[in-house]
Amino acid sequence: MSKRTVQFKIYRYDPDKDAAPYMQDISVELEPADKKLLDAMVRLKAKDDSLSFRRSCREGVCGSDAININGKNGLACLTDVDDLKQPVVLRPLPGLPVIRDLIVDMTQFFKQYHSIKPYLINDDPPPERERLQSPEEREELNGLYECILCACCSTACPSFWWNPDKFVGPSGLLNAYRFIADTRDQAINERLDNLEDPYRLFRCHTIMNCIDVCPKSLNPTRAIGKIKDLMVRRAI
Amino acid sequence: MVNRHAVGAHYGLKDWLAQRATAIYMALFTLFFAVCTLCMPEFSYPAWVEFLASPSVRFFAFLFVLSLCYHAWIGVRDIWMDYVKPAGARLALHLVTLFLLIGYAGWAVHILWRL
Repeated sequence: MSKRTVQFKIYRYDPDKDAAPYMQDISVELEPADKKLLDAMVRLKAKDDSLSFRRSCREGVCGSDAININGKNGLACLTDVDDLKQPVVLRPLPGLPVIRDLIVDMTQFFKQYHSIKPYLINDDPPPERERLQSPEEREELNGLYECILCACCSTACPSFWWNPDKFVGPSGLLNAYRFIADTRDQAINERLDNLEDPYRLFRCHTIMNCIDVCPKSLNPTRAIGKIKDLMVRRAI
Repeated sequence: MVNRHAVGAHYGLKDWLAQRATAIYMALFTLFFAVCTLCMPEFSYPAWVEFLASPSVRFFAFLFVLSLCYHAWIGVRDIWMDYVKPAGARLALHLVTLFLLIGYAGWAVHILWRL
């Protein structure tokens, strides 16, 4: 790939200086090795060091560079910059308070994550080596444990936009099912009780934006369906 | 009052199930009603009266009205829960919706058994 120039339109807001957010038009020249959107953003940062965004691992594992790219949530480090329509419009994740530029306050998102007790609950004394699972039992956790908590799904969910304080959101519910499905966990009933609520679980209207945007190709809607399925089996 | 945040009302599953069950019943009844209408010998008021005078048709039509009202109650309540933030306004809207739907159900019974 040769050198090329990419046009950007970036959401800018510094609450210490700006009265209101605005969109900044800016372009950057990319080097042949720059493949991903994050590479371009790093070059933008070198050009205008007031631009703020989160980044860390640059390989789709930490989930810190989740932003809204041309109207769709995604990870900058996994998005090929040459596939994007120009000008590339970058905005912070929708529905969460903006701290500055592309950085959002994730407090509400993590409050919901913590509310589902995202850890194994087992009161039995730990065995000498490990708590065993059959291959089939372990298989059920595939597609669940890979969530990197980037918040792309929850911030693409209209139900989470309207009730971020009450609706657990797709990411929280996917992680809730990760522990409900775990045969080593002993708190399945408490976990289902915790979710049986018109807001916490039943705000999901199966819109499925979560599946559309998940950078790890996970399926929170299916996990939510399995939680409802377990609740029905328990109730009837 | 201190503004403490509480969630966990421990209901919702029955409503979620009922919404799906009533949807299936309404779809089946609509199909039944459409087929019966197309098979009617003539489209006239006496033919309609005769069709709806059958106790089984009245029974299934009444069930349809109940399903519609219950389905609408859950759907409209969901809209208020999604978009109306002040709890007082939400409660008032819930009550108005509930009273209206009960009234509509009564009205529908009146229409069905008047024919």
